[in-house]
Amino acid sequence: MTPPRNRKALVRPHVVTAGRARPSRNIFDLVTLVIATSGGVGPLTPEKRRIVTLCQGGALSVAEVAGHLDLPPSVAKVLLSDLVDSGHITTRANAPADPADRSAHERLLREVLDGLRARL
Amino acid sequence: MDSVLASDRRYVRDTVRTAVKLLVVGHFAVGKTTFVGTLSEIRPLRTEERMTQAGALVDDLAGTPDKTTTTVAMDFGRLTLSDELVLYLFGTPGQSRFKRLWEDLARGALGALVLVDPNRLEHSFEVMDLLETHGLTYAVAVNQFDSAPVYPLQEVREALDLLPSTPLVTCDARDPISATRALIALVDHLLTPGQEYA
Repeated sequence: MTPPRNRKALVRPHVVTAGRARPSRNIFDLVTLVIATSGGVGPLTPEKRRIVTLCQGGALSVAEVAGHLDLPPSVAKVLLSDLVDSGHITTRANAPADPADRSAHERLLREVLDGLRARL
Repeated sequence: MDSVLASDRRYVRDTVRTAVKLLVVGHFAVGKTTFVGTLSEIRPLRTEERMTQAGALVDDLAGTPDKTTTTVAMDFGRLTLSDELVLYLFGTPGQSRFKRLWEDLARGALGALVLVDPNRLEHSFEVMDLLETHGLTYAVAVNQFDSAPVYPLQEVREALDLLPSTPLVTCDARDPISATRALIALVDHLLTPGQEYA
């Protein structure tokens, strides 16, 4: 069921990210939803162009962007962060309730529970 | 059925405003990938990070490319729970040496479902320790393989040394209803008063 893992990345991750291991801003969780803005792909590196092109179709989580493009999530975060800085990508409100806000957190859990029960 | 073109189904609906995650954890070959695949509405995706044996991301080691590295794979899937809410399930091995990967996964996670194989219960301790270290509340589901003998849950509970309040259920990771019930047991538990959010 698992596809063969023999696809080798053409470029090593640290080359794609110009040597950086950490994103320029720390806004990304694996489930932060990202979507392309209406601007074009402009003069972007091939990897960034692939991300913007993918995200033009609709919203995806950071993890899905990494998965679809065969990028390690850590690399996807660095590139997405750059693309937010350059205005190509925007994040969609994704604040899974401030943990300190108990009632909001409980409301969220109830929504999850209701959604799961509806699938039975 | 919705009218979205098949090719667009991979995207999250426009109306979704919140994305949450639950972890599906357990030792090698316990059925995490199957569990995620059974419930996911998208073809499950896999990502890989290359780490050093010590658990640092490889990119942290500029100039030392020949350190021994290992790959940590993570399978994940997505369930749209309402017009405004999607749930991501991350199936991941519980190895404490991948500290940074775990911090990333645990951050913002609502909780975790620990899948266990009743024939290899001792392999589950490391992952339960890890969840406790990260303050993640969990429920335990015995993945009931056809061929495996059925153990009374009370014996499993004692062998795993679970708290009396920790839910313990059986499930068949291949069956969507059974897998959904296991997640419901977890989220029900997360709603129990006294559960601290990580």
